[in-house]
Amino acid sequence: MSESSAALLQSRSSSARELIAFAVGKQEFCIDVMAVREIRGWTPATVLPHSQSYVRGVINLRGAVLPIMDLAVRLGFPPAEAMGRHVIIVVQVGSQVVGLLVDAVSDILTVTASEILPPPDVASDMAKHFVCGLLAMEGRMLSILSVDSVLPEREGTEVQ
Amino acid sequence: MAGNEMDSLRQIFFQECEEQLAELESGLLEIEGGGEDPEIVNAVFRAVHSIKGGAGAFALDELVRFAHVFETVLDEVRKGRLDPAGAVVEVLLRSADVLADLVRVARDGGSVDAERIRTGTEELASLSGTPVATGDLAEEDSVEDLGFTPVAVAFPTFDDIAAELPTEPEPTVFEYTVTFKPHASLYASANEPAVLLRELGRLGEMTVSCDTSSVPALSEIDPEGSYLAWMIELKTTQSEDDVRAVFEFVDGDCDLTITANNGAAPPVEDADFEALLRSIREAPVDVAAAADEPAIAEAVIADVSVTAPEFPVAVPDFAAKPDSAKSESKPDKAEKGDKSASGEAAQQTIRVDLDRVDRLMNLVGELVINQAMLSQRLGEAGLARSAEFATGLDEFEQLTRDIQEGVMAIRAQPVKSVFQRMPRLVREVAAATHKKVRLVTEGEGTEVDKTVIERLADPLTHMIRNAIDHGLEKPEDRIAAGKREEGLVKLSASHRSGRIVIDIADDGAGINRPRVRAIAEEKGLIPANAQLTDDEVDNLIFLPGFSTASTISDISGRGVGMDVVKRSIQALGGRVSITSRPGHGSTFTLSLPLTLAVLYGMVVTVADQTLVVPLTSIIETLKPKPGDIHGFGGEARVIALRNNFIPLVDVGRELGYRNHSTDPGAGVALLVESDGGAQSALLVDGIQGQRQVVIKSLEANYGRVPGIAAATILGDGRVALIVDVDAVVAGSRNGGNPESVLALAG
Repeated sequence: MSESSAALLQSRSSSARELIAFAVGKQEFCIDVMAVREIRGWTPATVLPHSQSYVRGVINLRGAVLPIMDLAVRLGFPPAEAMGRHVIIVVQVGSQVVGLLVDAVSDILTVTASEILPPPDVASDMAKHFVCGLLAMEGRMLSILSVDSVLPEREGTEVQ
Repeated sequence: MAGNEMDSLRQIFFQECEEQLAELESGLLEIEGGGEDPEIVNAVFRAVHSIKGGAGAFALDELVRFAHVFETVLDEVRKGRLDPAGAVVEVLLRSADVLADLVRVARDGGSVDAERIRTGTEELASLSGTPVATGDLAEEDSVEDLGFTPVAVAFPTFDDIAAELPTEPEPTVFEYTVTFKPHASLYASANEPAVLLRELGRLGEMTVSCDTSSVPALSEIDPEGSYLAWMIELKTTQSEDDVRAVFEFVDGDCDLTITANNGAAPPVEDADFEALLRSIREAPVDVAAAADEPAIAEAVIADVSVTAPEFPVAVPDFAAKPDSAKSESKPDKAEKGDKSASGEAAQQTIRVDLDRVDRLMNLVGELVINQAMLSQRLGEAGLARSAEFATGLDEFEQLTRDIQEGVMAIRAQPVKSVFQRMPRLVREVAAATHKKVRLVTEGEGTEVDKTVIERLADPLTHMIRNAIDHGLEKPEDRIAAGKREEGLVKLSASHRSGRIVIDIADDGAGINRPRVRAIAEEKGLIPANAQLTDDEVDNLIFLPGFSTASTISDISGRGVGMDVVKRSIQALGGRVSITSRPGHGSTFTLSLPLTLAVLYGMVVTVADQTLVVPLTSIIETLKPKPGDIHGFGGEARVIALRNNFIPLVDVGRELGYRNHSTDPGAGVALLVESDGGAQSALLVDGIQGQRQVVIKSLEANYGRVPGIAAATILGDGRVALIVDVDAVVAGSRNGGNPESVLALAG
């Protein structure tokens, strides 16, 4: 008993990561909790002209203008029918703060590096670009997203 | 760490230099304008003196040398020996320019034309050299030989006193016996007996003896204790109060007695003053060090007893000029105190990091939005009508507005900082064009946001250059026209309905309309035979590629013209207009917002989206009648307006909100003026109203959006986009790829 808890403690301190799990369409994803600033409900966004299809627009986050990415579109699913039960995960990468529109947040997972599987070599763009690992949990499969790659390239915001 | 500290000291020094230079220039200009208040001369002298002192500390030799020569001349003026009239003040102003350049070079690197410094120095030397030419030079040399820089640091005014020895008669001499025993607290507060004794030495001849009797055995020495006392026999023309004033800063940290002895003592033989100072300075330090170094302790004690006894000193040089000693020998601290006490408006200021102010500014912006949201929500809930809520809301709104104004006032600065740069410009341009010009400035105290001020300098410089180069006639032409030979350029600022208005007026020939027209036709800017009003002709000079100077002069016409001025003013949310009367001169008027953080905009609806159009771009709004709209090849449309056809820009289509053009009859057209003065009509679905909005950056978290200048948050809490009018109009011309012209111009 005490031995196993000590082992757990050790593994926790060495390589444990906390991930926040959420649903987009029928699939489950997770991102590192350290990138998450807050989670908030959906509010209608102001459409940005000439923007990428996955950019839902901008909302007011306590006085700051926050761009919203529709993760469903970004990952190649049909666009989400945004409504009250949808959730915005506010993430920060560097100095850039962006909201990710997802269907629902499920839970926070603590995993060790050994539990993370490499992404399989499939043809899908999503897998190549955005997924940096897989997680098997009680029969579910969660894809770990790398937050940096999900954000729009700042130079490439002008479509044409 | 020490490097950083030095850097920050350096930075402070240069900041202060800027202030001193500004004071120097404004003082000299006041003198030039006939100001006779001796305080102005003093202020000017102090400015140069402070720069010299600071420069010495940073070993900026070139700057110190020039400041020194400059200061010498100013001192002559201060003493009333040199009349600062006409040519003299011109030399002084030129010297101020050289000094400013030297400061700039010391700060930013680079080099100043050695010839300029030499001429400047010679001009100054010839001014100060007049009364006792050879003597002065010799004096000057000897001071240099002593090693000038250490003098500037340690004795800021030593050379000044030395420089004016030989003139005044010797008044009555008093004799004092001063005993001075410092307490340990005197050393603890970083005072130094040697400095005090040196100050005392400036009052007259003195003999100093050191009393070492209370120095204890080494084993009992407290390294931070005080064991030495001095007895000074002083012969001076000063009163007892002046003697006591030397010890003003150590009052309470020492035992001090001053007794006056009547009757003159025989003159003391000369001795080595420097040696005395050295030994005094070293004595307490060595005693302190002794505690740490027992090995050499005995030697040190021996040293103390050797060097400590009597030091008869004569400082005859200083005695000769009591007046100067009195005014000059005050330490810098006293001088600063003087300054703030005598300045008419002794305003207290603090330096604040700009980031902090900006953060406060942002927070207030949020507060304003929140307040608007709150009142809207309460209104929607039907609570705003209840008296309690209504009063509360009103007060809240009032407070919010007050706070906003207060915060903006922190960023607001008088336009003086820009106006002050102009006299120098006028002098230089006048010299280069061989014209005589008088610059009059008004309303320098008018305040506007710091960012606006910073971005105002270039357009103003350009317009003043233009006013002198193109506006004012040559002196002979002016005389022929029955005007004063000296041209007048007037720069004035005032507040008018929430904006700052700056006028640049000249009394020159006014705009030569036939010539402007001919040039515009020649350059293909207007069709030949176009019907133009006088006003429209005047405004042609703002067209890109227009320049009236037939030869490209050094002053203006360097490829940038009034169109650049207009662009940069528009980028600030301002407008430029011109009025001109042939033979009487022209006036350019700039109207600018007081801040760049808020903007007055027209809130409009386009394809169910709410947009804000900056009010500065809008000339008028109109409801187009179906008959006024004409197709113009392909999909383009124009609107007929007062015998003119103006391109119609469908904002919804341009921004990609919809793919088909709307029925113009159902919407509203905003007549806007965009880049280069061209007019266009922006078609929107409806107008919601006008309001002040707080500008929010889209670029921080997202990036640049074509056709959109920035975002704002409206009373309902939603984000609204601010239209970049120039980009939208330009985009419609290029067939739908709007480039943000505003961002480029900014």
